[in-house]
Amino acid sequence: MRLSSAFERVQGIVFVLPALIVLALFLIYPAYYTIRLAFYEGDFHYNFVHYVGLDNFKQLLTNDPDFLDLSKFPPGGALINNLRWVIFYISLSLLIGLGLAVLAVRVRYERVVKTVIFLPMAIAATAVGIIWLFVYSPDPDIGVLNAVLVGFDNSFHPIAWLGRPDLVNYALIFAYVWASVGFVMVVLSAAIKGIPAEVMEAARVDGAGEWNIFRRIMLPMLSLPISVVTIWLFINVIKVFDIIYVMTGGGPGTSSRVIAFTMYEETFHNGRPGYGAAVAVIMLILIAPVMVLNVRRFRSEKVVA
Amino acid sequence: MATVDSAVQVRATTRSERMVRFVTRTPLHFVLIAISLLWLVPTVGLALTSFRKPPAIASSGWWHSISQWDWTLKNYDAVINATGMGHAWVNSVIITVPATILPLTLGALAAFGFAWVPFPFRDTLFLIIVALMIVPIQTSLVPLLKLFASWGHLNNSYYGIWLAHTAFGLPLAVFLLRNFFITLPKDLIEAARMDGASNFAIFRRIVIPLSVPALASFAIFQFLWVWNDLLMALIFVSDPAKQPMTVRIPYLLSTYGQEYNLLAAASFLLMILPLAVFFALQRYFVQGLLAGSVKT
Repeated sequence: MRLSSAFERVQGIVFVLPALIVLALFLIYPAYYTIRLAFYEGDFHYNFVHYVGLDNFKQLLTNDPDFLDLSKFPPGGALINNLRWVIFYISLSLLIGLGLAVLAVRVRYERVVKTVIFLPMAIAATAVGIIWLFVYSPDPDIGVLNAVLVGFDNSFHPIAWLGRPDLVNYALIFAYVWASVGFVMVVLSAAIKGIPAEVMEAARVDGAGEWNIFRRIMLPMLSLPISVVTIWLFINVIKVFDIIYVMTGGGPGTSSRVIAFTMYEETFHNGRPGYGAAVAVIMLILIAPVMVLNVRRFRSEKVVA
Repeated sequence: MATVDSAVQVRATTRSERMVRFVTRTPLHFVLIAISLLWLVPTVGLALTSFRKPPAIASSGWWHSISQWDWTLKNYDAVINATGMGHAWVNSVIITVPATILPLTLGALAAFGFAWVPFPFRDTLFLIIVALMIVPIQTSLVPLLKLFASWGHLNNSYYGIWLAHTAFGLPLAVFLLRNFFITLPKDLIEAARMDGASNFAIFRRIVIPLSVPALASFAIFQFLWVWNDLLMALIFVSDPAKQPMTVRIPYLLSTYGQEYNLLAAASFLLMILPLAVFFALQRYFVQGLLAGSVKT
């Protein structure tokens, strides 16, 4: 089967070589560079200036309240904010997405619902940001959210959702959930349709209620797609940047910063590339387990048969 | 489809059964329709605002606009010409098209190698690419900026951002396309080899024509990714005259923060192309996204 002449061997490499060169030069080498830079102070030209060892990391984790502040309650800083994102963004997206997927298969207009919910996936985070700046506007003639609340209760004082440090993160998270739920729904509803009809039928014949069918049949059979979606949401959340840049610029103050935002801010505004590189390395460390997982899963499935 | 229906719906036959069914299902319809409307409201609000006159925007919410029925296109005129968004829209196209074609081409070539032409360390190299799929952009920004600067100011042209997007799109392209290519019938490719077709001929004449759905899925995915990207454009396109819409709109926000008519019109311009692609090629778009996640 395999024509393993020398020429044949070379040919395969010719096909993959352009891609490998691009990846090595623009993805792998930069990652190495950034990891190394994290141990330096760095200068305006991003050179390796002034080796500081682990100082950048120490500073980030123990002496930078904008990144991690455990001295107050609730704790603050970009890392904690990102943890809020992990918890609330992932659970809300999963809950709403799964709920919609399960409910929508039961109606004829499923396609319409799916399209409507999925639509924000096509919208740039920049536009999502502007859309939700409008929704959250403290002016009840602009912001529909405050308008609705004022409509319910005339004495209600419009809330500046993005102006309050205690609310801003949740307001941002919800806007991003809005943009992501469509993905969760589409993946899970495809998975639901893959569940063999006989299984559900059999359960119904045996008199199982809808809730039991959902809990004991659907949910276990959906565990793999749910974990895939969760991983996707997790990667999203570690990388989240655009929407925060547009909507709050990390503010008010520094109260809505996340990891990716800190990396941008420290590197490109505060002129601390070494410090910013350390933040990027922390991102890489957070995402590394997912890389390992992907590779493992793929290896067990396909490549090495 | 028939099996799907029977899986999730119990057919109602008699009239009374249908009545019961309708009543018990009312909450279901209510929840679905309410959430769908809720999901539409923010986008509709922006779209309507973009066609309203500034005094109307300032004095009443967009939800009043349907009864007022007083629309204008002036916002678009202003945003396209006066604020330079028309120019930025063209920049977005200039950035997006090569940044889609390059990874598609390089990715398809590599995917073919990984799928059908054996070479040493093939599996190991492929696993590395699988791992690279989710490397955060942040680990590349600074070194790439430095690299591009040392190569003669690629940041002042589009080469830098094209290359950066190519590098970031490639792992997914290779992964998606390789997984599709290996499902092509082996007999077909072996037969072509027997007939003396070169690998490149097999790639061009057999693999590519049979893989249009997969190629389209990736192309649409990458197109939207690049079009919607803010961070990379922010870093790699420093010349304001060359920046895409995603970068110019936040500037508009900081200079004309209260000019809702302009902001709405600009955002809507940014959304038009992706939404058109989405509606025209929804199937490929969804497939691309699904393939990118479910099959990892």
